[in-house]
Amino acid sequence: MAATEKQPVTGAGPFNGILTWVDERYPLMSTWKAHLAEYYAPKNFNFWYYFGSLAMLVLVLQIVTGIVLTMHYKPDAAQAFASVEYIMRDVPWGWLIRYMHSTGASALFVCVYLHMFRAMLYGSYRKPRELLWIFGMLIFLCLMAEGFFGYLLPWGQMSYWGAQVIVNLFAAIPIVGPDIAIWIRGDYVVSDATLNRFFAFHVIAVPLVLLGLVAAHLLALHEVGSNNPDGIEIKNLKDPKTGIPLDGIPFHPYYTVKDIFGAAVFMFVFAVIVFFAPEFGGYLLEYNNFIAADPLRTPQHIAPVWYFTPYYSILRSFTVNFFWIDAKIWGVAAMGVSTLIFFLLPWLDRSPAKSIRYRGPIYKTALAVFVVCFLILGYLGTLSVNEGRTIVAQICTALYFLFFLLMPWYTTIDKCMPEPERVTK
Amino acid sequence: MMKRLLVLACVVAGFAVPPSAQATEAEIKLEAAPIDVRDAASLQAGARTFVNYCLNCHSASLLRYNRLVDIGLTEQQIKDNLMFTADKIGEMMNIAMTKKDAAEWFGPAPDLSLIARSRGADWLWSYFRGYYRDPASATGWNNTVFAGVGMPHVLWQLQGDRVLIEDVSRDVAGQAAKDRHGNVIKSVRFETVRRGTLTSVEYDTVVRDLVNFMTWMAEPNQVLRKQAGIWVLFFLAVLVALSYALYKEFWKDVH
Repeated sequence: MAATEKQPVTGAGPFNGILTWVDERYPLMSTWKAHLAEYYAPKNFNFWYYFGSLAMLVLVLQIVTGIVLTMHYKPDAAQAFASVEYIMRDVPWGWLIRYMHSTGASALFVCVYLHMFRAMLYGSYRKPRELLWIFGMLIFLCLMAEGFFGYLLPWGQMSYWGAQVIVNLFAAIPIVGPDIAIWIRGDYVVSDATLNRFFAFHVIAVPLVLLGLVAAHLLALHEVGSNNPDGIEIKNLKDPKTGIPLDGIPFHPYYTVKDIFGAAVFMFVFAVIVFFAPEFGGYLLEYNNFIAADPLRTPQHIAPVWYFTPYYSILRSFTVNFFWIDAKIWGVAAMGVSTLIFFLLPWLDRSPAKSIRYRGPIYKTALAVFVVCFLILGYLGTLSVNEGRTIVAQICTALYFLFFLLMPWYTTIDKCMPEPERVTK
Repeated sequence: MMKRLLVLACVVAGFAVPPSAQATEAEIKLEAAPIDVRDAASLQAGARTFVNYCLNCHSASLLRYNRLVDIGLTEQQIKDNLMFTADKIGEMMNIAMTKKDAAEWFGPAPDLSLIARSRGADWLWSYFRGYYRDPASATGWNNTVFAGVGMPHVLWQLQGDRVLIEDVSRDVAGQAAKDRHGNVIKSVRFETVRRGTLTSVEYDTVVRDLVNFMTWMAEPNQVLRKQAGIWVLFFLAVLVALSYALYKEFWKDVH
């Protein structure tokens, strides 16, 4: 780029002079072209391809509403609960900002889960997109950390005891566990010290990492190019004259206008929840969290927020001490593995076809079973345990792990159909 | 087909049964509270009952007195009729007792600002109508939705004294009827042993107004929230339509 002489900007707008001045000192036009105007995306993106841009939209929403909340929130065990209600009651439109933030947290997970599911549908994690997938998974882990740290901040009963339960999981680690738990809390119980450090992690430490990872995710995407519902590489067939993929269209304006439409529909649904059902039946704002944290009174039923419940169910489904190792340790390990195992997908999947459109019946069945198990586990995680539920959770946990562990085998014996040369509708 | 099943599975899971709100008393069936937070007269009556009967032991420390302007009262009316312990109209609805004293004298009396959001309006409605005389309890009172309740029936003069009668349904042979699990089927009803100053209809009205006020108090912006929501949805519907037209216009030449 440095070798070629830069041309003056010749756009339709009145700012060519300024743009040229900037472009001579900064890779403005080349960045614009590489990532938007001349980034060629497959033309056959479907419904599932909205959720990447929507996740980014909600992330921005969370950052902006989060900044405003920080202006009024007090990270102090004696004041936190009342300061959130101060935002809800006395800060002009504070209730709207707070509901947007609390609903946005769930919306972000909805978008990210659907975005990940899309990758599993069309094999978007496969070569050459392994690193793109890893960046995405790191974003997912950061979001889980964000959700966990942020959930303590309203300092309600569920915030407090949820954090207590999760931090105590670390205490299950042999030998060093109890010390790690104290190190995380900064105290022997969840307290003011814990609230302060969770605030620091929630508002600055994790978001910084998150934004860096989002940038890396996008750069990796634009390096290898987007996958598509047919799972074929559009770069394999280019116009010999222009070098543009035959099935590619410039991201801007085509996908920018399409994503604006997607964003509008999303915001409509989002507004329905924010304005008419912000508690969402106790899923987004738990009823117990309208009671200020009380270290002396443990709620009878402690459940994490819905986006953590599948893993929580996996944790609870381990009830037997295999090999003389405590069931709780197995549970914690399984919960950890259940989130980290997604990292291995690019190498576990040996199917000759990427997209579910050309895969055989075995993978289709396996993915359907996995999704159903994931949803059942998620639902069970919101409930208290009993014998029947534990058995169902154990079966679902087994199937959850078998989906991954048997993947190298069943994707090789599956009968795939031939992939087309060009993308289909 | 598989695709449809997956989509269906996602949709079904999204609308699955909500988690039980009150795990503590999950078994008790609550009656739906007949409230309307836009009914200013009812809210004002409820505010009066709240200040007279609740605000002596319980605080509402997240609500300012002057917020009651929102339910149609003037600041002068609030000062004259509802402010007994506060000096300034902008003060929170606190009580004179310290938390420590209250806990020592009566046991914990929770702050009620958000009680309608943690317990739910239906719970409160059923609770205020579930008190009965119980010689076995320390206060002489018990409650059908809150067994072993610590608070005596504060509204007893209005409602009167009631006792709980358990009826066992019997079949033709005179045997107690049992359900599938072999438990005797009992039905519970109240019997008034001493009349209160109000009829049962009047009492229900007082309770409805009180629950209505407490529901409003738990989220004073809820009426504004829904009103604003209509406008936001209207605006977004227009945005959806316009952005769809724009999208279709740009995509005309993509084949």
